[in-house]
Amino acid sequence: MSMNNQGRPSRPEDIEVQSVETFTGNRALQIEEALIFETGHMAATGVDLPEPKGTRSRLGGLERKGTMNLPGLAEPEAMRHFVRLSQKNYAIDMGPFPLGSCTMKHNPRLNEKMARLPGFAEIHPLQPVSTVQGALELIDTLAGWLKELTGMPAVAMSPKAGAHGELCGMVTIKAALEARGEAETRTRVLAPESAHGTNPATAAQCGFTVDAIPADDTGRVDIEAFKAKLGDDVAAIMVTNPNTCGLFERDIREMADAVHEAGGYFYCDGANFNAIVGKVKPGDLGIDAMHINLHKTFSTPHGGGGPGSGPTVLSEALAPFAPIPYVVSDADGFHLIEKRSQEEGDHHSFGRMTAFHGQMGMFVRALTYMLSHGGDGLRQAAEDAVLNANYVLARLSAEMTPAFEGTCMHEALFNDDFLKDTGVGTLDFAKAMIDEGYHPMTMYFPLVVHGAMLIEPTETESRHELDLFCDALLSLAKEAKAGKADKFKAAPVLSPRRRLDETAAARKPVLRWEPSNDESMAAE
Amino acid sequence: MRYLPLDTEDRRAMLDVVGAKAIDELFADVPADALNPPLDLPDHAGEFAVERQMAAMAGKNRAAGAGPFFVGAGAYRHHVPATVDHIIQRSEFLTSYTPYQPEIAQGTLQYLFEFQTQVASLTGMDVANASMYDGSTACAEAALMARRVTRRDGILMSGSLHPHYESVTRMNGGLVGGKATVSEASPDGADNVIDLISDETACVIVQTPDVFGNVVDLEPIAKAAHDKGALLVAVVTEAVSLGALKSPGEMGADIVVGEGQSIGNALNFGGPYVGLFATRQKFMRNMPGRLCGETVDAGGKRGFVLTLSTREQHIRRDKATSNICTNSGLCALAFTIHMTLLGETGLRKLATLNHEAACATADALSAIDGVELVNDAFFNEFTLRLPKDAAEVVEALAAKDILAGVPGSRLWPEDESKHNLLIVAATELTQDKDIEAFANALKEVL
Ligand SMILES: Cc1ncc(COP(=O)(O)O)c(C=O)c1O
Repeated sequence: MSMNNQGRPSRPEDIEVQSVETFTGNRALQIEEALIFETGHMAATGVDLPEPKGTRSRLGGLERKGTMNLPGLAEPEAMRHFVRLSQKNYAIDMGPFPLGSCTMKHNPRLNEKMARLPGFAEIHPLQPVSTVQGALELIDTLAGWLKELTGMPAVAMSPKAGAHGELCGMVTIKAALEARGEAETRTRVLAPESAHGTNPATAAQCGFTVDAIPADDTGRVDIEAFKAKLGDDVAAIMVTNPNTCGLFERDIREMADAVHEAGGYFYCDGANFNAIVGKVKPGDLGIDAMHINLHKTFSTPHGGGGPGSGPTVLSEALAPFAPIPYVVSDADGFHLIEKRSQEEGDHHSFGRMTAFHGQMGMFVRALTYMLSHGGDGLRQAAEDAVLNANYVLARLSAEMTPAFEGTCMHEALFNDDFLKDTGVGTLDFAKAMIDEGYHPMTMYFPLVVHGAMLIEPTETESRHELDLFCDALLSLAKEAKAGKADKFKAAPVLSPRRRLDETAAARKPVLRWEPSNDESMAAE
Repeated sequence: MRYLPLDTEDRRAMLDVVGAKAIDELFADVPADALNPPLDLPDHAGEFAVERQMAAMAGKNRAAGAGPFFVGAGAYRHHVPATVDHIIQRSEFLTSYTPYQPEIAQGTLQYLFEFQTQVASLTGMDVANASMYDGSTACAEAALMARRVTRRDGILMSGSLHPHYESVTRMNGGLVGGKATVSEASPDGADNVIDLISDETACVIVQTPDVFGNVVDLEPIAKAAHDKGALLVAVVTEAVSLGALKSPGEMGADIVVGEGQSIGNALNFGGPYVGLFATRQKFMRNMPGRLCGETVDAGGKRGFVLTLSTREQHIRRDKATSNICTNSGLCALAFTIHMTLLGETGLRKLATLNHEAACATADALSAIDGVELVNDAFFNEFTLRLPKDAAEVVEALAAKDILAGVPGSRLWPEDESKHNLLIVAATELTQDKDIEAFANALKEVL
């Protein structure tokens, strides 16, 4: 054995290791972490505040008494708690996050820095408009970019996420129908079977019934079946383009003409705008409304499930019904139209989507991202996103089965045919990717493809990273075909947790920590 | 372009693998005349060029911390500990997605479980969800949920509910046949909402502290609602008030919705914020939004997952309880970190400091000739009746670099009887010198 001069071994010995159990349950850098309710104390606080003066309270006799069961932690404990938790998460900053339909791209930190400028972060939505001219200028500038990129004349900025943008678009359509006196009769909305769940949920939330349009065998809307469903009770169609199979709806203009002919509107789900930004303007294709997920295409971070932002562009026909508030400008500066009585011309807004003016923090990040890319960079990003997806499609086709023939847009879709008779399912395949250090792709969506695996690499993956990713998936596919089902069924085994029992969680839901009887925190 | 790793050589080599000669072959499905349209946009720019442009816009805004500041009415300026902003910018939180793969998302799932527990405890309810967009949309969702639970159409709102919340709720409720009514509420707290409850009422929506700042006793309203089979929805737009006031749960609310911005989140000109949504156990399966639940993994270790998703759009589609998908995850994390740092002890103290600052501000301002304080009981916000249009006063004070509060005309443009009202908020950040400056300037402009 080699030693240094203090007798300390300086070279590892060659010992075979099977599995290691530790006393603490920790796994070196992976540290088990209790809930704050199990480690905190009622008296502990990590914030130093000045002493109150002892003024007589004017709370009307409604003071809160008794414990709230809300323990605190000192700052170092809190820091450690949340840092340890963070280390149990996978993230785009660690590696590819190929969740199809989610556009997990690099999140530039310049965006974060700009959003924290006091002039943006520390302004109140109801302070005098004269004191927030720069904020209104920012909203107006971002709106300008969105209108130019989509070729649409108007945009409602306040929706808080994609689904909220869908709601905004569909309510606007409903308002337009009301103005035509047809809201009572046009009650049906057509949406492809492959649509994201938010589409039918949104239509239903607006009081429409949803009628599914079948797909053709190329993965696109079956145009004849679609036309057959049109009628004078159709309020709108909701079509995603590029669609959730990662394909461009090549008959989109025909669809737009047909629905307009039938007296309905065209709602386009713009969640997949990243594939075509700068390459095609949806306004040139005949749509009436489309939300844009700023947290996808324009890289405001997903933050583990939000916040997002879903500005919704509107056609000439729908623009007059756009929600308040909105920004207008003249020689005196920028103004905020917050009330119907301020509206001019033929504007008659349907009302409000939300309190205040929308996701300003996300607007700052999105505009920072746009200015960084410029028109040229955005177009290049779309091209690279599409190229990366096609590269993955081409390479993986060696072992995996593409759901449809031909090239794709920004995401590559596979079915589970290649796993037939292997005993390995889509879920197992995805879970095995975790052990290889990858976040799985979107699974079992869209519903029209059996055992779907939807891979969206985005433009911010390098060729090297894509090659490693493809090599790993090809190797897994070979292993599955070689009969190593057990490995897949057990996966993942190297992650902070193995597969979780979702059935048990739903059968007897435990949605909060409860103080157990013997350990009365209230007594402290 | 610094965000794009592919270079020309990569692109050529990759096109070869794909079997395309040029990138536009991959866009062959796009109508040819629509491909590569001219873009009237500037070209890409480096970091400092972008920073300059953004800073120029930011510089045209008067930041809250730059001088005396008393604006509230649904969004509040509080101090956020440095730790909060550091942690939410950790890559693993900032750049992850909704925790669809729980084995590698326990960080997000565990804090959501902690968030749900904190929100339920604060509001005095049994269960809370993993967040909504903000308080106003949470309020609308509560009305929809009450209609599902009671199978009734009536949405009765107090006239002292924040008018933006009222309008969002009215819009959402109306889409599916909800009938909205609003009670007559005066700024001093008088409200006829109880008289309007009927057998058609699905829910009564009442805010406390209300938009004028009044602390509202929900108990009699809860009782009257329950007598008629209706639910009480309590709305809290200032989460810090829960550290001082009896919880809505204790007073009989069935659903509590709120704006969580005050804990952990900056003003951000109105968003992103974090909607709180809590209810009683028996209504759990009627809730909108994501829920995180405890379970075990294959090795028997405790872990967390998203659960009861058969309520949600990705499973139930047009039968879902709500269309919400992306919510306010990172803002919920900020809430949870700040709440953990405060603890019960810190929250109570913070609430007391807020109340004391408001009392001091109210006393100083109402001592001015012609200025009347309309509230008896309030938390950190109150309403003044001025001898003239409050919007003019606010503008005049803004010219003196004092942001004085929200004038009635900003919230109720159509109701002139409220245009002399000024809603004033104070927090732990309000200093004696700010109050003095405000009082002196107000004397001058009146
Ligand atoms: C195709 C599609 N439509 C709509 C949505 C909803 O967007 P959000 O999550 O921002 O509400 C998503 C995102 O998950 C999506 O992929």
